[in-house]
Amino acid sequence: MYRIVRKEVLAPGLKRFDVEAPLVARSARAGQFIILRLDEWGERIPLTIADLDPEQGTVTIIFQEVGKSTQLLGQLEEGEYIRDFVGPLGRPSHISQLGRVVMIGGGVGIAPIHPIAREMKRAGNEVISILGARNRQLLILEEEMKQASTEVLITTDDGSYGRKGLVTKVLQELIIHRSPINLVVSIGPLVMMEAVCRVTQAAGIKTMVSLNPIMVDGTGMCGACRVQVGAETRFACVDGPEFDGHLVDWKLARQRAQMFVAEEKQALQEHEERRKGGLGGCGCHCHQ
Amino acid sequence: MRLPLPSIEELKEARKSTRKRPMPSQDPLARMHNFAEVALGYSEEDALLEAARCLSCKKAFCQEGCPVDIDIPAFITKIKERDYLGAARKIKEKSNLPAICGRVCPQESQCEKYCIRGKKEEPVAIGRLERFVADYEIAQGKSDGTGVNSVERSTREPSRDSRVAVVGSGPASLTVAGDLARKGYAVTLFEALHVPGGVLMYGIPEFRLPERIVQHEIEGIRQLGVEIQTNVVIGSTITVDQLFQKGYVAVFLGTGAGLPYFMGIPGENLNGVYSANEFLTRVNLMKAYLFPTYLTPIKVGRRVAVLGAGNVAMDAARTARRLGAEEVSIVYRRSAAEMPARHEEIEHAKEEGVQLRLLTNPIEIKGDDAGWVKELVCLRYELGAPDESGRRAPIAIPGSEHSLEVDTVVVAIGQGPNPLITATTEGLIANKRGNIVAGENGETSRPGVFAGGDIVTGAATVILAMGAGKKAAAAIDRYLSEASHD
Ligand SMILES: Cc1cc2nc3c(=O)[nH]c(=O)nc-3n(C[C@H](O)[C@H](O)[C@H](O)COP(=O)(O)OP(=O)(O)OC[C@H]3O[C@@H](n4cnc5c(N)ncnc54)[C@H](O)[C@@H]3O)c2cc1C
Ligand code: FES
Repeated sequence: MYRIVRKEVLAPGLKRFDVEAPLVARSARAGQFIILRLDEWGERIPLTIADLDPEQGTVTIIFQEVGKSTQLLGQLEEGEYIRDFVGPLGRPSHISQLGRVVMIGGGVGIAPIHPIAREMKRAGNEVISILGARNRQLLILEEEMKQASTEVLITTDDGSYGRKGLVTKVLQELIIHRSPINLVVSIGPLVMMEAVCRVTQAAGIKTMVSLNPIMVDGTGMCGACRVQVGAETRFACVDGPEFDGHLVDWKLARQRAQMFVAEEKQALQEHEERRKGGLGGCGCHCHQ
Repeated sequence: MRLPLPSIEELKEARKSTRKRPMPSQDPLARMHNFAEVALGYSEEDALLEAARCLSCKKAFCQEGCPVDIDIPAFITKIKERDYLGAARKIKEKSNLPAICGRVCPQESQCEKYCIRGKKEEPVAIGRLERFVADYEIAQGKSDGTGVNSVERSTREPSRDSRVAVVGSGPASLTVAGDLARKGYAVTLFEALHVPGGVLMYGIPEFRLPERIVQHEIEGIRQLGVEIQTNVVIGSTITVDQLFQKGYVAVFLGTGAGLPYFMGIPGENLNGVYSANEFLTRVNLMKAYLFPTYLTPIKVGRRVAVLGAGNVAMDAARTARRLGAEEVSIVYRRSAAEMPARHEEIEHAKEEGVQLRLLTNPIEIKGDDAGWVKELVCLRYELGAPDESGRRAPIAIPGSEHSLEVDTVVVAIGQGPNPLITATTEGLIANKRGNIVAGENGETSRPGVFAGGDIVTGAATVILAMGAGKKAAAAIDRYLSEASHD
């Protein structure tokens, strides 16, 4: 059992937990992820690590409530427990001194980009971060990213904060005015990462992306997390989650993300109906 | 109320029977809609009548066929004497997990293959008798999976200072942990998943090996004082070197063969293609058959093709039937004689309507526009001269290309070793397939590090993993006694 020592609502549907998991906190590095299971009935949910505190023994996760599983997770309160919490999984980000690097975080993808930006800056890089969100309310970790970067540029889809538009527009301008850029790291929705890669490929800038495909065990045992990178099939949980974005087969990644959409919808629907019916809105299983 | 037991006459009659006493089983039509155990187990009467068939050979060939050398005639004699706990004790001199082995061992290629009666008629049903004895013991509350019965045991404190780390929790690791704990070592078992049991929990389905049985055995090991830490990935959460730094004086690696192989044909990453490990893990470990009460989903279409013909393939095919697939076929490039699955599993699968497409090999999986599996393109094969494995080599028939319409494909062509530990442990030698190189007693290239089970042999069997565990436990005990780490 893993205790939630701190809970914070960052934005509607976006939550932050600091979870007591000392072994993970001491061994994890930027770029790696954990898998948690809420309770006996839960799925194994992979979440990229947003921060670590080895002294306190806590691991920070930030998640968006999208399906039933993440909604139930979001209902847990400070002091409550998560049944299973395993990690660190996957390979850490490759941190080295390269010169000028651009970190691009979209939506909840800002959370995992944060520790990478911090390490990159610590390693002596000039770190320009581009943060994208749908609107001002959904923009997270602005202060933390300012600390972790040399410079932060913000875009929102609706123009409610920072520049209006997509991260790629800002990226294109950077490429024109701030050359050379030695590396781009991009984490966010698949479409965003793909769009970033299109831009950087044309400009010949190496780009790493962090993929979060469907997973089960997260240890290389099932192959649910297969992605096509160049000519090879790789398991994102052990070979990734970061890959050279220019080699990723994005169409396939998008397709595979659809695999259980119908089932997820079904679970969510039943969950919401039960809630409306006043039966076990707590989401526990005692009311079935 | 107990049933009247067989009379002397009935036993005499039974002794002459040329056939095994049939295993009471769930009706195929009924069981296709549930995940309850298929084979129900012998009654006491069945067991006595079957035991009567055993000739108690002086030179017991059956025993030679047993990878862990169980004194088979002796335990069957105990059954004849109605001393079932005595029979269990006899088995447990050599095997820690009889309730499991009695259910999943490939007896037809081991003990029963060498049974004298088997030369002319059906051999004695040794496996079924083993299961009867083990289940009897569990029902009496007298088993803890380690050969000590509950009367002799209570939750124990280790009597020695030497701490041993056991990695993984499949049959190899469970055996090492149980044997060393009984010798008084302080044992910690580390498992990457959220429950212990290895393949017994995530791979072999409930209808063949109920979770209840596996967890019973694990509970027994816990009661011996073994500390079980789940959610710890050795090589990542803690490395092997860190285990030694933390004060463990010996490490056993029983991490199994958990890396699924794919065929490497086009279309294998389409939606609807699973590795058998994924398919079975979703259903067994994550209980997707109870979705959405359990939140892990699984999707099976109407028509399912399972590639491969081992136990794993049979389990996947039978699981697919239970999940509602109408047409399930095993696609295998050799013939029936070469199918590696246990005979009983193949029979059960056929009874449940699983079709065998033999001498057929897939060369491509085709999908629809949205990326979902649609058809499996195959070639037909014929058997040629024997190859290096001694089996007749399958040869493709030119122009035999044809397609099967399918919605789901499960790839069950084998598993290899997970490279995490070898990649993170200095000085631990693996062979070119990635299996850890270990000696007769599990000793590896790193002093104090032992290994056994599928991680050494490649995917094999429960009994072989358990046997390797027994040898390694003895070797670890010798190593620690000699090195006087105490
Ligand atoms: C579907 C299926 C059906 C089978 N049917 C039969 C059958 O009928 N009869 C039979 O005899 N055999 C059968 N087998 C084979 C048999 O189950 C295996 O040979 C046996 O379980 C191997 O035991 P093991 O102890 O070596 O490892 P496993 O049972 O594979 O256990 C290894 C454990 O180690 C854990 N692990 C791996 N890496 C790490 C790490 N780095 N840190 C911590 N933990 C780790 C894994 O999560 C796993 O729990 C079957 C196998 C499968 C997959
Ligand atoms: S999630 Fe199972 S292999 Fe990656």
